[in-house]
Amino acid sequence: MSPLRQAMRSTVGKKVLMAITGLALTLFVIVHLAGNLQLFLKDGSKFNAYAHSLESLGGLLYVAEAGLLFFILAHAVNGILIKGSHWAARGDVRYSRYQTKGAPSRQNLSTQSMIVSGLTILGFLVVHISHFKFGPGVAEGYVTQIQGAEVRDLHRLVVETFRQPGWALGYMGVMVLLGLHLRHGFWSAFQSLGAMSPRLSPVISVIGVVLAVLLALGFLGIPAWILVDPMGVYR
Amino acid sequence: MNLTLVVWRQSGPNETGAFKTYQAKDVLPEMSFLEMLDFVNEDLIKAGDEPIQFDSDCREGICGSCGIVINGQAHGPLQGVATCQLYMRHFHDGDVISMEPWRAKAFPVVHDLVVNRSAFDRIIQSGGYTSAKTGKHAEANAILVPKEDQEAAMDNAACIGCGACVAACPNASASLFTAAKITHLAMLPQGQVERARRVKRMVERMDLEGFGNCSNIGECRAACPKEISIEAIAKMRSEYLRALGSTEAKED
Ligand code: HEM
Ligand code: FES
Repeated sequence: MSPLRQAMRSTVGKKVLMAITGLALTLFVIVHLAGNLQLFLKDGSKFNAYAHSLESLGGLLYVAEAGLLFFILAHAVNGILIKGSHWAARGDVRYSRYQTKGAPSRQNLSTQSMIVSGLTILGFLVVHISHFKFGPGVAEGYVTQIQGAEVRDLHRLVVETFRQPGWALGYMGVMVLLGLHLRHGFWSAFQSLGAMSPRLSPVISVIGVVLAVLLALGFLGIPAWILVDPMGVYR
Repeated sequence: MNLTLVVWRQSGPNETGAFKTYQAKDVLPEMSFLEMLDFVNEDLIKAGDEPIQFDSDCREGICGSCGIVINGQAHGPLQGVATCQLYMRHFHDGDVISMEPWRAKAFPVVHDLVVNRSAFDRIIQSGGYTSAKTGKHAEANAILVPKEDQEAAMDNAACIGCGACVAACPNASASLFTAAKITHLAMLPQGQVERARRVKRMVERMDLEGFGNCSNIGECRAACPKEISIEAIAKMRSEYLRALGSTEAKED
């Protein structure tokens, strides 16, 4: 067995893969939110132009999408395998009573729900991508003009979707779970990579919490903003 | 004080166990937890019952023999102590106390609260040693070690191999134990010779024994009677990555 294959079979290697894919996805999510903040603007043309410019990347977009798909699948499959090994490792008889000893243990809702938040995100992604990427477009009448050209009016689709309370609340719920996932995940990834020291640990921990809260609030803010519509622009 | 004990009783490795309830009367606050069990066992023996079996040896927190999951917590409610260092003054009259063995596939139950921890021995055998020359010992200051390295090595050498990390970990992972041994030796000059081979072999052995993977939860640190930091686990990973590139590990 080659050393790399052997490493990937080891518990340490699996965690390193988890961390690299997790951090790559985190980076993507940050960029994704940065672009989507334009949805807070009253005028949808900025957002549509941005979406159109991404569509126009052509080959580069396919490379990026293939990369993302690989990271998601590698992360999800690996996460499910790791979770499976935990179940087996406890043995046939489980504790009748189990209680954390508290700090310095980091055990909390976030660590306990990694697989639940992860699997929910996976399910969410199927709906999210089929609705917004492969959903109604120019052919279905979602058309707008950008510099004279006819392009997809993604902004209208987003607004129409989140004006429906079911969609908006569903999205908001999943974003809370994403925040929970990252609250443990961000710090954990550095520990998995062995990039940790007593001085660094609290700093990364705080960055992780701030990042998780900002990302969750940012993403959850979009459907909330459109649903509540405090400026009365979508009515 | 009077207590109600709910204890896991299992008459052999292949028998099915079950909880049994006992009344412990006139327990003194200055008794250690294990003395309290001795006390209860005397009554059980007098009554012709099987005494509750549990492991212990030094009874002063240095051998790593003892270990009971008390009220759902490995070594009981305190931090930084083994079960033998837990005193009854931390409990109250009328308390119900549950006792279970370490639960992990790699630690099969032998009897009642006694588990077989030889998986740890096999991890040590796989690489947790240095091939030192025997004979007259060297002059103490012949090899100088920086103070911070000594401290780090000593902190990790404090591991007594009790297995509380595995018991407390939601994943039944042996990462803290294995990492403490790896870190201890990696910090010292004597450990350099086998450094890359050691981490590779010990991680391999740990995985083979059927322990779970580490999710960086840190419950092990909270349960560890020697309060060994999970920084050691980060060190184990960086040592593992470092070993990937070394010829020593490749030729192994
Ligand atoms: C696609 C569905 C997903 C699943 C099934 C999933 C599952 C998991 C699981 C089970 C863990 C814990 C691994 C362990 O216990 O050691 C984990 C860790 C992590 N996840 Fe996810 N996750 C998913 C999506 C995501 C996304 C979208 C992100 C980023 C925005 C992310 C970021 C992370 C990070 C940074 C970690 C920490 C890595 C580590 O502990 O080394 N995950 N994931
Ligand atoms: S009996 Fe030796 S550590 Fe508890």
